[in-house]
Amino acid sequence: MTRIIVITSGKGGVGKTTTSAAFAMGLALEGYKTAVIDFDVGLRNLDLVMGCERRVVYDFVNVINKEARLNQALIRDKRTENLYILPASQTKDKEALTIDGVEAVLNELADTFDYIVCDSPAGIEHGAFMAMYFADEAIVVTNPEISSVRDSDRILGLLSSKTRRAKENRPPVKEHLLLTRYSPERVLRGEMLSVKDIQDILSIPLLGVIPESEAVLTASNQGVPVIANRNSDAGLAYQDCVARFLGEEIEMRFIDPKKKGLLSKFFGSN
Amino acid sequence: MGLFDYFHANRRSAEVAKERLSILIARDQIQRNQPSFLPQLQDELLEVIKKYVDIDQDDVSITLDREDDCEILELNIALPEKPRQRQTD
Repeated sequence: MTRIIVITSGKGGVGKTTTSAAFAMGLALEGYKTAVIDFDVGLRNLDLVMGCERRVVYDFVNVINKEARLNQALIRDKRTENLYILPASQTKDKEALTIDGVEAVLNELADTFDYIVCDSPAGIEHGAFMAMYFADEAIVVTNPEISSVRDSDRILGLLSSKTRRAKENRPPVKEHLLLTRYSPERVLRGEMLSVKDIQDILSIPLLGVIPESEAVLTASNQGVPVIANRNSDAGLAYQDCVARFLGEEIEMRFIDPKKKGLLSKFFGSN
Repeated sequence: MGLFDYFHANRRSAEVAKERLSILIARDQIQRNQPSFLPQLQDELLEVIKKYVDIDQDDVSITLDREDDCEILELNIALPEKPRQRQTD
């Protein structure tokens, strides 16, 4: 049974596309056939983060408008077996996505894929609504910052009222909290909301915590999802998240400050 | 600002954020859960009351609270100190 996962947040710039790329690749590396769809029509970026921007010929809207077949538009990832990308259109506007059109594409993908990851645009407009409508599970990406937490709460309200599962009175969309750009050192100094603070406020299960990491920018510079970097804290944190998502019990990492050596304590270097 | 003040201010900013967020989100959730007819009900009530008493939009407030399985519709009308009889001609 295919599972549809939406990566959403409300607020922009919190790491939805980074997470979509990492998560989709993580699922594929675990052997699941995975498609990741960019719903940000007009502002396509997932292809850049995945490093396949020069291989885009047809896009999601072309498939909806029957200007191309689905397997013409799907881009196979060159590094990872089982991973396919469906890019957004850069020229059309978001209204080009229709419920019927999106449903037809998802149904066709469901014939052969285990997971469909939907990368939502920011905001709570049409594009974000389309990305969440058919979801079975939602990963709500949140920064430890008040406006992001508030927007996440708003998105949780929409997930429980505006999705197909809500409309059809089926079991609700399964919600997961993913905290990104977390800095344990700043939490310790009382400068940043802690994991517990945010869980208290949003009260949904925590999937994982991605630490603030230089590896994320490096990864997007190179067009390689950060999960592929097995030497980075962010890459490892995403691997943990994927494993937890698939049902493994793994202790949270990167939520406590790094232990400093005696020398760096004295000289204040990191 | 002394060094102590500096650390003190920093220590508190996450607490301040949590407190502000908790209040804000509780209020957002109340607004989200209220039925969509409330603003219209408020407008229509205002029209009726206006026929008899000189009041403004801000003088009428309506809230819907939920306690267990009991819903309480609370209507607050602030009447002016000397109610002025509307002239009829």
